[in-house]
Amino acid sequence: MSSDTPTSNEILLEVSGLKIEGYSEGRWHQIVKGVDFTLRRGEILGLIGESGAGKSTIGVAAMGYAKPGCRISAGSVRFDGIELTTASEEQKRQLRGARIAYVAQSAAASFNPAHKLIDQFSETVVQHGIGSREQAYADAKALYAKIRMPEPDLIGFRYPHQVSGGQLQRAMTAMALSCRPDLIIFDEPTTALDVTTQIEVLATIKDIVRQFNTAAIYITHDLAVVAQMADRIKVLRYGESVEESETRQMLDDPQQDYTKSLWAVRSFRKTEKPPLPETVPLLHIENVTASYARSLDPVLIDIDFEIHRRETVAIVGESGSGKSTTARVITGLLSPSQGRVVFDGVELPADYRNRSRAQLQQVQMIYQMADTAINPHQRIRDIIGRPLSFYLNMEGEAKKRRLRELMEMIELDPDQYLDRYPEELSGGQKQRICIARAIAAEPKLIICDEVTSALDQLVAEGILRLLDRLQQELDLAYMFITHDLATVKAIADRVVVMLQGRIVEQGAKEEIFSPPHHEYTELLLSSVPEMDPDWMQRVIEERRSKSGMESAGN
Amino acid sequence: MTTPAPPLENLPNVADTLQITRAQRILRGLWTAPLSAKLGLLIILVYVFVALFAPWIAPFGESEIVGKKYLPWGEEYFLGTDNLGRDMLTRLVYGARNTVGIALVTTVYAFVLGGTLGIIAAVLGGWIDQLLSRMVDVLMAIPALIFAMLLLSIFGTSVLSLILIIGLLDATRIFRITRAVSLNVVVMDFVEAARLRGEKLAWITLREILPSISAPLAAEFGIRFCFVFLTISALSFLGLGIQPPTADWGSMVRDTADLITFEDYTPLIPAAAIALLTIGVNFVVDWFLHQTSGLKDEL
Repeated sequence: MSSDTPTSNEILLEVSGLKIEGYSEGRWHQIVKGVDFTLRRGEILGLIGESGAGKSTIGVAAMGYAKPGCRISAGSVRFDGIELTTASEEQKRQLRGARIAYVAQSAAASFNPAHKLIDQFSETVVQHGIGSREQAYADAKALYAKIRMPEPDLIGFRYPHQVSGGQLQRAMTAMALSCRPDLIIFDEPTTALDVTTQIEVLATIKDIVRQFNTAAIYITHDLAVVAQMADRIKVLRYGESVEESETRQMLDDPQQDYTKSLWAVRSFRKTEKPPLPETVPLLHIENVTASYARSLDPVLIDIDFEIHRRETVAIVGESGSGKSTTARVITGLLSPSQGRVVFDGVELPADYRNRSRAQLQQVQMIYQMADTAINPHQRIRDIIGRPLSFYLNMEGEAKKRRLRELMEMIELDPDQYLDRYPEELSGGQKQRICIARAIAAEPKLIICDEVTSALDQLVAEGILRLLDRLQQELDLAYMFITHDLATVKAIADRVVVMLQGRIVEQGAKEEIFSPPHHEYTELLLSSVPEMDPDWMQRVIEERRSKSGMESAGN
Repeated sequence: MTTPAPPLENLPNVADTLQITRAQRILRGLWTAPLSAKLGLLIILVYVFVALFAPWIAPFGESEIVGKKYLPWGEEYFLGTDNLGRDMLTRLVYGARNTVGIALVTTVYAFVLGGTLGIIAAVLGGWIDQLLSRMVDVLMAIPALIFAMLLLSIFGTSVLSLILIIGLLDATRIFRITRAVSLNVVVMDFVEAARLRGEKLAWITLREILPSISAPLAAEFGIRFCFVFLTISALSFLGLGIQPPTADWGSMVRDTADLITFEDYTPLIPAAAIALLTIGVNFVVDWFLHQTSGLKDEL
């Protein structure tokens, strides 16, 4: 709430030679190795990079703050003439919330569940002595109306759990604006949201930042998102700046090889191959209806689709659409109330405990979080070796030889990795171990549940390529559960679109991705951010003109 | 399902520094341990040494009457004699073997019983979990010391019944903590993966879950050991624990308690032996908990 009239080219934040160190293993390591940037009033800077690039660390350093276990070791952070690295705690406290605000990735974790939204909104205002509670309430309602929240006069009086994830993230953006700060730091604010919700939140953020001429730092790993949001983009890697330029120039003409490789990630397409001669479908899930308890409403309604040999079927939908529940029915963790699962012409018992070892062997699973999918207390040798001895009775030399083969198939050096523990591997390597464990069982079908969504794009692409190659070599069928349509485009043969427990559309990939679409598929497809900076504006305008979007954020 | 957390990617250097073996890590952990933990370890080692080599350390036989009653501290009888004329130092040394030995056996038994049932309750869930948990609730509803005294009066005060009864009562607490920590592991994907592989209960409990809960259980073992040890000493002091002529610190306090009125501090020595071991074990447990809780990573 600065009283002077901001001019558009006045420098608000100047970061130079910023170095940040983190303490681990008994010594200090450099996390950020000398980064400079400037930010003018009303400008949005996108910080982009893979995990571990130091994006978030730089983001909070712009508030003069270092995470626990970290320290700012060199450089300067000047905010509107105030040197934050040497400012006292009290000075920084005056700034935070009032002139610099922060929006975190998980709104659900950042709101206090015990207080109403509007009270949390007004707290900062009252604390900083900017206005009274009543003024803050009135301002909150006005802001809620401005960002098109439903029932703006009433929604603030709800508790955080009473609104949807997208609404909560928008309420958080409104809260960040409560004191009309000069600078807002957005740290992956839409990463946890579904695509259809994401676009609304992005539009809100962009809108509001423009209206109040607020400067922003937008941190994300998603290139298409940053293309919509930022005026300038800065690419980071291993705590160092790779390059920085205007958004359009960065998208059209990246200078560095690393940036080019990031830009090229989405180009992967699976190997096209002739379909296997049609016989009985490998898996047929027949009219399945299921619920988690007899008294509850069904979470799956009349699900019916087939998976053929050497085919990849992508199950697409937002959170809560029943994708993962479908996998649970196939694996036998959840017994359907109606319908049946037929594998290779034989009906599978509904409960996995009644399935034979050979039946269990046929369907293997790869999970989203490789961290929790492999036992941290077992060596890689034991993790991959267990299916070998359990299903195939392989022991001794034969097992050792097979282990080495499997490691080579997943492109990890057997000598180096077989005797390690999972904690000694990176996220992508752990996911490869999960793949090795699945193929060790020599299954016919592998269920991949969001296997790449926790990985950086370059690493995720490596995993997709590996899965594709293994499919060619081993004639595997994949059931690929994902919410990411870019992944679907890359790997699927057929697509099943789910919404609220029902299949709304299914068919070959080309059919699904070309019009005419089912209404929901259309919404889903058009919500996937594209690398074109004008994309969001265009989509929003199209939707507003159709005016069918009023309730999409709910 | 659609909340990808940013993973720790591109950190090969961290993986390389982790290439040291577990043994090296433990040794380094010991070296950098705080003073209190080192002291605690030293105390435990001295007790273990004394307990193992009691017959060689003690100057006399365990229940041998060597002189007059209540002799003062001196050269021949270093800590004097007790109410029957037995050498105090000798009985103190043998007491280490008896009290600590019985407490250890009891704790191990309580852990095997409570731990196994706790994991099984967590893995199987449903009515088995309900049945076991409610049985434990019933046992825990009765004050432990009074219940132990009641049972000991019914079944007699042999060492075996002492171990079985105190072990059973302590197993209830261990059941609860094991079940609670196991429940956090049971929901992990790797347990689901093992189930879907078709693994039997024994594999899931022993190979998948037990390694993940061993750290909190080990810490609990230390604390439980202290409680068992104190319970046995208390029962012995009350005459229901380890029976004479077996040397035991609890009953030694009782036997020589009269001396305290004559400003003779002999009865405090077995009491101090109990206190010192309890403190030592707690020092080590504190350090261990601090290590495994991950607090060490934050400054």
